[in-house]
Formats: sequence, C-alpha cells, structure tokens
Amino acid sequence: MAEIKAEGLTYVYSAGTPFEKTAIEDVSLTIGQGELVAVIGHTGSGKSTFIQHLNALLTPSAGRVLLDGEDINRDKYSRRDVKRRVGLVFQYPEYQLFEETVYRDIAFGPRNMKLPEGEIDERVREAARFVGVDEGLFEHSPLELSGGQKRRIAIAGVIAMRPEVLILDEPTAGLDPAGCAQLQENICRYREETGSTVLLVSHNMDDVARLAGRVVVFDHGRVVMDGSPAEVFSHAGRLLEIGLNVPRASELALALRKKGVPVPEDVFTHERLLASLLALREGRPC
Amino acid sequence: MLKDITLGQYFPGDSVVHRLDARTKLVLVIVYIVALFQAQSWLGFGLVTLVTAGCVAASRIPPKTMFKGVKPMLFIIVLTAMLNIFYTSGTPVLPGWIITWEGISRACQMVLRIVLLISGTFLLTYTTSPIALTDGLEMLLNPLRRLHVPVHEMTMMMSMALRFIPTLIEETDKIMSAQKARGADFETGGLVQRAKALLPILVPLFVSAFRRADELAVAMESRCYHGGEGRTRMKQLRMGRADHIALFLGAAFLAAMIALKRLGL
Repeated sequence: MAEIKAEGLTYVYSAGTPFEKTAIEDVSLTIGQGELVAVIGHTGSGKSTFIQHLNALLTPSAGRVLLDGEDINRDKYSRRDVKRRVGLVFQYPEYQLFEETVYRDIAFGPRNMKLPEGEIDERVREAARFVGVDEGLFEHSPLELSGGQKRRIAIAGVIAMRPEVLILDEPTAGLDPAGCAQLQENICRYREETGSTVLLVSHNMDDVARLAGRVVVFDHGRVVMDGSPAEVFSHAGRLLEIGLNVPRASELALALRKKGVPVPEDVFTHERLLASLLALREGRPC
Repeated sequence: MLKDITLGQYFPGDSVVHRLDARTKLVLVIVYIVALFQAQSWLGFGLVTLVTAGCVAASRIPPKTMFKGVKPMLFIIVLTAMLNIFYTSGTPVLPGWIITWEGISRACQMVLRIVLLISGTFLLTYTTSPIALTDGLEMLLNPLRRLHVPVHEMTMMMSMALRFIPTLIEETDKIMSAQKARGADFETGGLVQRAKALLPILVPLFVSAFRRADELAVAMESRCYHGGEGRTRMKQLRMGRADHIALFLGAAFLAAMIALKRLGL
C-alpha cells in the first residue's frame, strides 16, 4: 500500500533574501493507492514544487508529507528510502542521461539500490518493455537516439526502481502526437499491470480529461480545485479565468451554452459532447 | 541549496550606491583598495572601517548579507590570523610565551584588512547588475582598443559567462535532483567514490552547456551580431552629479589615507 498525504505543506524559496518567494502555501492533499491523479496549473503555480516534496527532494518550510502514515522527512534514512518508493520523472528527463549505453543508464537507479546483478537485469528489461524500448537499443549510446526514445529511456530509468508511486512532470511535453499517445498508453499500462499510484503533471487538458481519475488544480501555490474530471471541468469558466485551458469539448460546450444550447455542464469529452448534442437534436433529455 | 550561494550576486535596489554609474563604482573600488593598503595604524584602519560602514549603510544592503559573503573566506582569514599571531616577534604576552602583543595586533589588522577588502568589492557586485558592470568595464578599457586589445569581445564573453552562472547553477540543481531521485548519493563515501558520483552530474551538464552555447551562437548570429564595431546601446551609461561628488569624495579619502601613512600615524 502506498498512500501519500500532504498536510499543510508550505515552501518558501530563498527565505531571508530579497528574492524570497512562497511557492506553495498550506497544501493539504491525500492521494490513495492506485489513483491516477492529474495535477494541473499555470506555470509557476507551485505544482512542480509540490511534487518535489513528495519524495523528499525538498524539505517543507512548514507542514508534513506522510507516506503510509509515516513522515518522510523523519531522518536521513527515511528521506533516502522514500526516493525508492516514490519515483519522480522530471520535465525533459532526457537531459539527465549520462551513461555510455542505454542499458547502463536504465540500470543506474537499481544499481544505486545495491540490488544483485540478476535482479538489476530483470528490472532493466521489464522497465524497457513498459516504455516500449527495444532491447536491440541496449548497447547504443543514449545520446545518439531521438528525443522521444531518450525520453522513454529516462522514464524507464525511474520505473526500473519499481516505485510504488510514479510521478511524471509533463512526460509528453515536446513529443510528436504519435509519441505522446504511445507514451500515455505505456504509462496507463504500467499502472494497470503494477497497481501503482500515478501522478501526472500536465498542460494538455484533453489528455487529462481522457486519462485521469482525479484532477487537482493549483493556482498561486494553493489547491483551488480537487475532484473528478467531470467536476473540475464543469467549472470551465473558472479554469479559463486562472489562465488554464479546458478540454476542447468543454470549450465547445461552454460556447454552445453561451449561445443558449442547453449542453450539460459535466461534458468534457468529445464522445459525451456528441452524445448530448444528438440527444438534444432528437429532443431527448441528455 | 546551490541557489543560496551569494558570491558576487546582484541585489536589486534603489539606493544612492545602486544609482551610481558603473564606471564610477569601478574606479572607486580601485581607489578603495589602494587606500586600504595605505592603512598601517589603528587610526588608518578606523577611518577605512568607518568609510566602508558608511557605504554599506548608504547601499541599504543588510549587514547580514555582507557577512554571508565573507563566510566562504573564513578559512583563509583564520589561517592568516594564526600565522600572524604565532610568527610575529616582539614582547610576549606572558614571559616565555610565543604569542606577542605585536602578533595579536598584526593579526587583528590583517583580518580587518581581508574583511574590508571582501566587503568593499562585494559592495560593487551587490549593487551593480552584471550587465552594467561589464558595460562600465568595456568603456573604461576602451583606450586599449588602440593597442588592438579585443575589449568588446572580452567584455562580451565576460557578461555572457556572468549571465550563464545562474542558469548553469539552476541546471546543476535540476540534474542533481533528477539523479538523486534515481538514488544517486553525493554525500557519503570516500574521496574516490564521491568524485565518481559527480559523473552523473557532469556529463549531462556538459552536454547541455554545449547545446546552449550552440543555440546562443545561432540566436546571436540570426540577430546580426558581428562584434563591437558600430554597436550602440539601449541603456547608455551617464555620469551625473552624484558621480562627480562620489569621485571627489573617493579622491579625498585616498589623499587622507596617503597623508596618514606619510605622517606615520
């Protein structure tokens, strides 16, 4: 089991200098086992700072982070331990690749965990399979591959540690549409097969609407909305106000409502929008 | 955090010192250093300390920040003090002791000199933005162009280097975080192990530094950058009345220090 709980989390950058800035303020959130949560927010809304607290890379200025009820910042050992249990994939993770071969780069995490060679090998192959990296690439240098492949290898490097919670900061940023779709499919499959909790930071609301079971919205360092995609995207106006996009379908539904077409508020996928429009045309309730 | 390094960081503000022309401040710092090394007696050191304190107060930089800058030099300061205390001959503090009154006095003066030197030069970088600083330097060094010294190219490189220090620090921070998230350990182990642990940081850092340099070169070229010939500036440096007064005060200060030294006070 892995339940992550943040209690009154506050973080202040460069405290005591003219550059002091409160990145997140009093964030309380519980993420249950096996959830797929999307974290959305404007650039600088504090979402990246928030996720870095979840594996003790940042120590909160105030508040606590609990993993299965235990404070992860308890001591040096708990802080190290949590990095294995909560895997964090940064934005543009391909910039962290450094080894001579793809295989060794994926094995970096498991090797740091001081696992036996046999187990490392097993994990590397498993992680590569999850992200769709062919074993034929294992002996290549990671630096000579394409951007999309580099991204996959970097993600595999975190998955190889078999974290109970996987956090991905904009995993699809800068990928082509086909690459995006494939990576999302990989992430979903990973979650289904391993039952791990997945946290996804994203700007792409269409993806969020399609994938996530729960959406958390950050604005100015605070959680301003938290609920199912249907709940969150029914406040399309409010989301646009804080400078976020909404799924295309929501946008369209909002525009239709303004024109007087009674599309229900909880429409946020293309399928639902189509269904409700068809229903309206035939005069049925939707 | 790496970001907390204050060494030579610019603190934006709007004090008298901030508003002075970069050229004035550069000249004044040189004057200050020369004056500082004229000080031989407690009277001289007292005067320099007073002037430094006055400048810091006028700059509205919190004294705490100034001391933070001195901290990295603590080792050198302590070492200098020790050497002076133990290796100066004179009257012993107690009969038979190696420590002398002269030694203690010399040590105090040396420490004061180093601290003042650091504070004075840091005041320049704290109150002057790197861009203004290199612009000022370029204009001060301009006469050297006659001797075919590539002044513009040198200062351009300097301002770029300064510009990229925070970027590279940030990048290092990011890479470190990413590798830490993969279980890398930078804090424990012997010297060899720690040096090896740096590899996962250095390789990506170099890769990205070269990529960035490449991109910057392309960006500059596509905006028709071709060196210093005929280049104009958006922000012109201008000397005002405050600058003339400051330069005059600096000259007076230097004269006073030289006079003190000549008089043997």
